[in-house]
Amino acid sequence: MSSVATLPDRLGEYTEQMVAETGGDTRDGLVERLSLHALALGAVLLLVLPVVVAAIVSTKPTGIVTSVADLVPGRSGAANYRRALVGLGFWRFMLNSFVMAAIIVVGKLLVAALAALAIVYYRLPYKNLVFLVVLFTLMLPVPVRFVPLYRLVVELGWNNSFLAITVPYLASATTVFILRQHFRSIPSSLVETAKLDGVGPLRFLVSVLVPMSRGIIVGVSVIMFVYAWNQYLWPLVIIDTEGQQVAQVGLSLLRGQASSGEIAWSMVMTGSILTLLPPLALLVAFRKPLLETFTLQQR
Amino acid sequence: MTDVTLEAVRKSYGDVDAVEGVDLRVADGEFLVVVGPSGCGKSTTLRLIAGLETATAGTIRMGETDVTGVEPADRNVAMVFQNYALYPHMTARRNITFGTGSSTSFTDAEIEERVREAAEALDITDLLDRKPAALSGGERQRVALGRALVRDPDVFLLDEPLSNLDAKLRIKMRAELAKLHEEFGTTTVYVTHDQTEAMTLGDRVVVMDDGEIQQVAPPQELYDYPATQFVAEFIGDPAMNTLPVVVDRRDGRPVATHAAFSLPLPGTGDTVPEGPAVLGVRPEHLSVANGDGEPAGNPIEATVTVTEPLGDSLLIECRAGDDAFRVEAEPRLGLVSGDTVRVRYDPERLHLFAADTGEALYHSDTGRRRGAATPVDPDPA
Repeated sequence: MSSVATLPDRLGEYTEQMVAETGGDTRDGLVERLSLHALALGAVLLLVLPVVVAAIVSTKPTGIVTSVADLVPGRSGAANYRRALVGLGFWRFMLNSFVMAAIIVVGKLLVAALAALAIVYYRLPYKNLVFLVVLFTLMLPVPVRFVPLYRLVVELGWNNSFLAITVPYLASATTVFILRQHFRSIPSSLVETAKLDGVGPLRFLVSVLVPMSRGIIVGVSVIMFVYAWNQYLWPLVIIDTEGQQVAQVGLSLLRGQASSGEIAWSMVMTGSILTLLPPLALLVAFRKPLLETFTLQQR
Repeated sequence: MTDVTLEAVRKSYGDVDAVEGVDLRVADGEFLVVVGPSGCGKSTTLRLIAGLETATAGTIRMGETDVTGVEPADRNVAMVFQNYALYPHMTARRNITFGTGSSTSFTDAEIEERVREAAEALDITDLLDRKPAALSGGERQRVALGRALVRDPDVFLLDEPLSNLDAKLRIKMRAELAKLHEEFGTTTVYVTHDQTEAMTLGDRVVVMDDGEIQQVAPPQELYDYPATQFVAEFIGDPAMNTLPVVVDRRDGRPVATHAAFSLPLPGTGDTVPEGPAVLGVRPEHLSVANGDGEPAGNPIEATVTVTEPLGDSLLIECRAGDDAFRVEAEPRLGLVSGDTVRVRYDPERLHLFAADTGEALYHSDTGRRRGAATPVDPDPA
């Protein structure tokens, strides 16, 4: 919550500075300050409103909203969530998503840590070029590669498996970049001490670099988890058995489960809130290392 | 323990030579200090010995073994860095023991025993379970020293280990380092930019400038018989005065003549070549002649421009002709800027350097000849 608390403080500082610079009197400063606060509040409301509406609708029996009066929490909340999770088997999608995201996070970290280790500490010919090529892959995100990737995965016989929805994501230029920047900030004398002691590169990675990068790794992991959790298009393309499907795609299946031809919006919103919860929990739990990661990138 | 020999060692980065043909022998058990201004190649020399840099040319030997291309880990050296290089997430104990498994063949019990001994010697037994963040600068440096001691290295390499400490602590740690060396007797190469540290710690001192060794000598010899003008000005605080003079002969004896004064060069000055040269004399070998009863001599007439009272002495900057020089005078002389003083000099402490190369031509002290090799017995026992 500290981040929320500091935002108005910073705005305050900013306005004070403005007042000092423009030489305006305190009343002008106050007005400016109030309007800035109002602006910030408005922005927050705008961002939160859809989520709040979704949460309200998910407690209603049908979920048809035609007037503001309909935006009062209903009483079917518990029933809706039970029905989505148990009755319609949404737990299965959530679990699949979770496993997929976890594998992607761990795999990406492994690959990126080794890549960053090599790029920072090894004497390689054309090291900077290698790193540039790694960064270049940012221009080729997974959706661009769909067609050849689809053929490849099918030929490998990986369709409808976790391999299909995890392996293509394992290489991450962003993670390599962030870890590289952090490794470079570690004093060279630590590396040299390890060299003099005959500490091998893997032991150095595990016993020194990783513990010294704990905050960054947690921050990056949260970003990667949210990214993986939100994958929609690729699982939709490559997974066609319902039991293997992930939550983002499962949402549309919830809608399809609606009876009597009418879309059960309350079910869709229930699913939306459910899929929102794991990333939200992570963001709240790890907001501090996350903010540190972002400051590092700014440096 | 072992001796270290560098033969014509050169290190270049592209077109820039960081170290140019260094020949140096560190005797077994010796405490050798390498001193010089920043960028003189002293740290690079140390890193070459450690193996952290690869020599462009030349040979480095430890004992009889050629280690020029050997990995740092296989040289059995321990290094202490200016920034201590402690792992921030490990306790002091873990920092000390972390590398021992990889670099040494000690058993766990032996390591434990060695840590205990090193911790006692360094007085850090109570700090072993703390992390570096909970230690002061001096304590961190002790832990870093402990880590080096526990390795039982053949050679100790210290790269400006005291530079991050405050002045008081630096003096204290300096004494402790000397004590440690006496106790363990390990061959030590110590790099610093601080000439006081160099003088107080070294069995011998290497003065480097511009990638080249200027002089290798025990501290007192370095002070008394600097081989070059650079060494003369670098060693000693306040720095030696250097004044342009012309040497000629009067009645067959060499005399150094400056625009504002001329003084005879006593002692074995017969070999001094005539022509332009640089006269060197330390501020502490000059004094202010006060009033009558002075013995006849050739006092130098000069004008005071700046006075710096230091308590135990009065440092004055004077001007004679177009040149300025400093005099370490008696305190409480009450001199002010603009006063005219007569400056006396110690005729036993004059130096003359070649105007072009800066090489020493003459030291008036007849006790020992310039360039006389001083045999060093570094064995403290």
